[in-house]
Amino acid sequence: MSSRSKAADGERPFPPGEYPIVVVGSGPGALQTTYFLSRLGIEHAVISADPEPGGMFRHWPFFQRLLSWTKPYAGPDRHTRAFERWDWNSLLAREPELRGMAVEFMDGTSDFPSRPEMEASLQAFTERAKLPIRHDCTWTGTRHEETADGDRFVLETTDGEYRCRFAIIAVGVAEPYSPTVPGIELAVHYADTRDASTYAGKRLFIIGKQNSGFELATGLLQWAARITLSSPSPARTSIEAGSLMGVRARYVQPFEDSALGGGVDILAASLKEISRTPDGALRIDLNRSDTSMPLTVVADEVIAATGFTCPLVDLPALGVATFGHSKLPAQTDFWESATVPGIYFAGTITQGWAGLKKHGISSYSGAVQGFRYNARILVRHIAERHFGIVLDRPTIAPADLRDYLLAEATSAPELWHQKAYLASVVTLDPEAGIVDEGILPLTTFLDGGAPEAIAVTLEADGTNIFPVIYVRHGGRQEEHVLEPDPLHDYEGGTYRRAVGAILDRVVAGASAA
Amino acid sequence: MATRDEIADAIASLSLFADLSRPQLLGVASRFEEAFFPKDARVLRQGLTGSGFYVILDGEADVVADGLKRATLARGDFFGEVSILLGEPPIADVVATRPLRCIVLGGPDVEPFLIDHPRVLYRMLQTQSRRLRAANERTGQLSE
Repeated sequence: MSSRSKAADGERPFPPGEYPIVVVGSGPGALQTTYFLSRLGIEHAVISADPEPGGMFRHWPFFQRLLSWTKPYAGPDRHTRAFERWDWNSLLAREPELRGMAVEFMDGTSDFPSRPEMEASLQAFTERAKLPIRHDCTWTGTRHEETADGDRFVLETTDGEYRCRFAIIAVGVAEPYSPTVPGIELAVHYADTRDASTYAGKRLFIIGKQNSGFELATGLLQWAARITLSSPSPARTSIEAGSLMGVRARYVQPFEDSALGGGVDILAASLKEISRTPDGALRIDLNRSDTSMPLTVVADEVIAATGFTCPLVDLPALGVATFGHSKLPAQTDFWESATVPGIYFAGTITQGWAGLKKHGISSYSGAVQGFRYNARILVRHIAERHFGIVLDRPTIAPADLRDYLLAEATSAPELWHQKAYLASVVTLDPEAGIVDEGILPLTTFLDGGAPEAIAVTLEADGTNIFPVIYVRHGGRQEEHVLEPDPLHDYEGGTYRRAVGAILDRVVAGASAA
Repeated sequence: MATRDEIADAIASLSLFADLSRPQLLGVASRFEEAFFPKDARVLRQGLTGSGFYVILDGEADVVADGLKRATLARGDFFGEVSILLGEPPIADVVATRPLRCIVLGGPDVEPFLIDHPRVLYRMLQTQSRRLRAANERTGQLSE
């Protein structure tokens, strides 16, 4: 694959032409996808507008420290699957030497790698896994063509046209978004935040109370004279939410400063207008969300920490439906466009398939620790559905099934990172026996597949984390919610008895061990 | 493909939110999330815990219990609140019959939201009362 491309176009791989699959992007989502495609021997091209791999980690977070931890001494060897639970930042690999690579680049000062450490880790993964990418090749447009040999997508790029049966778009959620209120041009976006020292003594108004807003507030506490953060709804921390949906604990200092009257104000108010005062300051007119009464703040600088949207180029014009604040593409549970079959998504865009969002808890598909598994499942799905590749499925002895399911609940990184989103699935085949189907989207299990099957997930409700066993048997579907354990160990006697009782009705000899 | 302003515009004309001011509508738009379901997707699942509260912005869905269609839902209709209020799994599926665009609030967030927005709670109660009366009328007809 890469050798053919290099021969045709000097040192740059993947010249324009026809490929079965084209992957667009070179961030962690694209890298993870091309890794698995390569290991399954599926020919594809990878193109990226960026000059180097790394995606958003080439620039952000602004204050250069990630929100996602890697705990080198958590216990399991870093080259094993078990370590992935404790490592939110490494890409997945079959080869032991390519696993847990984030550890190798961390300097020991924090369990949250720095941005440069993450960037270096991704670049090293790309080199060591030998993943060719055509950089500086910008996707500019898309067409759909019907040919005698089947339908094709044509990706127009700055280097020429790429034809493919399937496109996998992994371009991140990277286009700065600012709300359309009068005077918004007086604000700068988070993406254009200047060096922290230039905010010394300034009154700073931050639009938005998500992590990016609080990241800036935290980093600028020592510089700014006053900081006001505002958005229409109240801010919640991840500790209160019991999930990553809240503001992360690393950015909790502005909350304390606000509570103690220390120069930070956190408002629940909607932005009405930004205007320039006669003395050159900025006047921000708001309406309080609770009383609807007007409120005015005067500041020297306004930063819009209002997020990013998907740079999908012209895919919406091709029929790709998008939704939500970030204009995410609407997707199936295998991350295919819900409206244009053949267009798939990888990386942080896969949060466009929300899954069941049980108890209001989101998947972690927006972050590396979640979407790396989505990429593996996506490639397996494409390989089996479109390329006739059938992956091995080991069998499990009936007497081992109970302990297998409970070990998965206790240790499977996929279940820990994608709660109520991914499931460990076995099917009960009259001839083959108990077949390990591996990790699949929970909705895939619930909506179809083998008539006799069992799945285990980990789920959370904002207070507790607990395993759930799903059983499809005799035309019925059952959900068995198990009790939480304070130490998150689900392999003890209580769980063995509970799961044994469930399985005994479905699998002869399941609790015999 | 809506921004918060567009969501606020879209829900302003729904009876559930008819009593809210513009700032309150923006607050609702930032508290709920937008969700999209392709045709045939199951939005609510009979017997499964942990579901959310949905308000339809666009599209259509059927309420299906034990394989039987019980009702059709469209723009402005809401569902999922009964199981959240009772703390029990839904007793019916809700299945998109056309591409469905909703706003959704997670189950644990529903009680604080309703307490913060008593006018929404009142409107919800009105709708529930109409549904109850209609169900009583159907039961009466069946028993005659």
